[in-house]
Amino acid sequence: MANLTTNFIGIKSPNPFWLASAPPTDKEVNVRRAFEAGWGGVVWKTLGSEGPPVVNVNGPRYGAIWGADRRLLGLNNIELITDRPLEVNLREIKAVKRDYKDRAMIISLMVPCDEDSWRDILGHLEDTEADGVELNFGCPHGMAERGMGGAVGQVPEYIEMVTRWCKKHTRMPVIVKLTPNITDIRKPAEAAKRGGADAVSLINTINSITSVNLDSFAPEPTIDGKGTHGGYCGPAVKPIALNMVAEIARSRETHGLPISGIGGITTWRDAAEFMALGAGNVQVCTAAMTYGFKIVQEMISGLSEYMDEKGMTNTSELVGRAVPNVTDWQFLNLNYVTKAHISQDDCIKCGRCYAACEDTSHQAIAMGPDRTFTVKDDECVACNLCVNVCPVENCITMVELPKGAIDERTGRPVSDYANWTTHPNNPTATAAE
Amino acid sequence: MSNSPLTPGVVADRLPPAAYAENFSDVQPVLDRHEARVAADRCYFCHDAPCMTACPTSIDIPLFIRQIATGTPDAAAKTIFAQNILGGMCARVCPTEQLCEEVCVREVAEGKPVEIGRLQRFATDTLMGKGVHPFTRAAATGKRVAVVGAGPAGLACAHRLAMRGHDVVVFERRAKPGGLNEYGIATYKTPENFAAREVEWLLKIGGITVKTGVELGRDVTLDQLQADYDAVFLGIGLAGVNALRAVGEDLAGVRNAVDFIAELRQSDKAQVAVGRDVVVIGGGMTAVDAAVQSKLLGANSVTMVYRRGKDKMSASVYEQDHATGAGVRIIYGAAPVKVLGSAAVEGVEFAYTHDGPNGLEMGETFTLKADQVFKAIGQTLTAAPIAKDGAKLVKQQGKIWAGGDCAAGGEDLTVTAVAEGRDAAEAIHASLMA
Repeated sequence: MANLTTNFIGIKSPNPFWLASAPPTDKEVNVRRAFEAGWGGVVWKTLGSEGPPVVNVNGPRYGAIWGADRRLLGLNNIELITDRPLEVNLREIKAVKRDYKDRAMIISLMVPCDEDSWRDILGHLEDTEADGVELNFGCPHGMAERGMGGAVGQVPEYIEMVTRWCKKHTRMPVIVKLTPNITDIRKPAEAAKRGGADAVSLINTINSITSVNLDSFAPEPTIDGKGTHGGYCGPAVKPIALNMVAEIARSRETHGLPISGIGGITTWRDAAEFMALGAGNVQVCTAAMTYGFKIVQEMISGLSEYMDEKGMTNTSELVGRAVPNVTDWQFLNLNYVTKAHISQDDCIKCGRCYAACEDTSHQAIAMGPDRTFTVKDDECVACNLCVNVCPVENCITMVELPKGAIDERTGRPVSDYANWTTHPNNPTATAAE
Repeated sequence: MSNSPLTPGVVADRLPPAAYAENFSDVQPVLDRHEARVAADRCYFCHDAPCMTACPTSIDIPLFIRQIATGTPDAAAKTIFAQNILGGMCARVCPTEQLCEEVCVREVAEGKPVEIGRLQRFATDTLMGKGVHPFTRAAATGKRVAVVGAGPAGLACAHRLAMRGHDVVVFERRAKPGGLNEYGIATYKTPENFAAREVEWLLKIGGITVKTGVELGRDVTLDQLQADYDAVFLGIGLAGVNALRAVGEDLAGVRNAVDFIAELRQSDKAQVAVGRDVVVIGGGMTAVDAAVQSKLLGANSVTMVYRRGKDKMSASVYEQDHATGAGVRIIYGAAPVKVLGSAAVEGVEFAYTHDGPNGLEMGETFTLKADQVFKAIGQTLTAAPIAKDGAKLVKQQGKIWAGGDCAAGGEDLTVTAVAEGRDAAEAIHASLMA
């Protein structure tokens, strides 16, 4: 069986599945339950400075969107950092770490943007025997208005500055957690690297309003008739997170910077995808909040089985495997031609491919009198929409035309690799020599 | 409970009072909001959906299910009623397993269709529960139309005509409107007086006068109607019952299944007499309804005998399973030869059948003990003034239209009757306004 033990910036854990800094990691009782369930590590919910803790709202703090059968697809929250006293959290962290030495224990931090505040809080952690710290530069609500969290994460210079302070005042590895509420994720990642960060973790939550109550005309979750933007997470944000992870993994400036992948990871497969795109491990929150801690057992068995099938013995063999295949649009092979193919054996004749193609795409699917749906190769541009809307997995597939075959749509034979940079329609094309 | 299932003869009161209430309650209660949401989520919103094609009234099923899924059951109900004003009853009695649900792509893919019938009931019950009638009448046309028969075809026709602005008078020979909905369907499919409530709700459109106790050929003639009205619609059903043509069928204890079903619908169940050993002859829904309800009334043994094989039976597999689940025994491939008994029926002699060159041939015989026998081998048109040689009526001749079971073509289903009544109304409207 594959070895899931991971060594992430020197922090060892029995598997790459950590719980992200969030409500599930706010208390000793939760974290002990998580470790009993099998989680490889936790990032303890963000601690603030000494003194009176922050307060949370006393009405609903989560909003959601759902798919079929009320499956939770996206969750948003307006919860702040821990609202429990610093000393209580530190005492509990120490107690748990003492009992679970093989698990990773990371402490998330968010304090005001001055060196003294960071030095003070880091000093408090020495005694806990935690394995590392994560700087929360991400939360988009509540704390950002006070100059912390997302407010820092949106200014690369601040990220660099605070990271540098932290590296100066602690011996522990420093992970910088990035906000996705920016235009180019590479900039904050580069800043973290310049500041000396050991790793980045991403993504934090996305600014969002999940819904509007059409009776009270207020955003949800609603507090006394008002609502505010909150941080969005869960399966719906995974594609955004995957892209941001990939951007950092393949950027020349940040390539090789360790990444802890976060964003909608719900199954072993999601985790494997993040790892293939360069994440050394992953952090999970919404899936645990939806289904409970036990889901990690499926993640462990699923990843093991997958790695066994692929002949991988260590997670390091998976990490980054897909990064070389992430490229820019201009380098995609314009002479790669596929055509949709509908398996008549698998087709259940719902006609969704037909409606989608006929109404919204390229009119490339024919509907026979007995509800037989076939692809018109001379119209099909291989857009993949039919594949995406078909309710039966693998009923419609994209079949590659071999080199030399005639593409019935263009009448031209499939030829060798060529991309936009040399395409005759490209005004800035470089002439192929 | 003065009798028991073992009391010989045809008697009432075989069960304790609570058993009747339980046995004749809703066979499949309405979905609650959560169940409806879950069921609606399964619909794929197919293009040119097969379910819609299979529905005789062409209800836009994917649309109404999507309206349920998005939390607007009233809009869903309007989608249904726009095509089928008796959508509430059809949701209860349609053999969906042979219509919309049979062709549902999820039936094809998984053997488990979207529960279209139950979703339809959820939507229609929701709107009807509010006492809201969703349609209004067009400006009065001044035209008057006579509708004969207040069954599904007649009611659907009357409603659509009223909607188009015509004045309608419905003539019904029985004491109550509703036709087979009121008199011909198993009680547990439509409890709590639903048929009567539905008629009352339907009539809220206005412009429809119902005259009960008026029979065509006895109290009013077709010539008279043609003279008095701009058009006539005949939705008179099939009032005649086919005979067994077997010796002894006049013995006491031998009864038409339709009369038994009608009695049950109009009576306190404990007062309805049923045999200890009941034999039902036939293979349609009427046979199933009579057999199952005999069992529910406390008959000790109920046997349904059908002359052909299971695959030929017009009652669906779902209905057959419902019957056997209720404790009815079904014998396939046997035809009655002779009803035995002196004063009253004591048994029925059957012969096993097989296909021969000249149709069904009889073979070995056997006898079933019986103190009550129900005949359910089909109904015929008996309205003498218009029926020619027992043939069904043509859909239109001059200013007379026909629809439902009495008319030629189509299956004898409630939903088909509704479609034919509605379509006849549109044809009458077009003709009157031309």
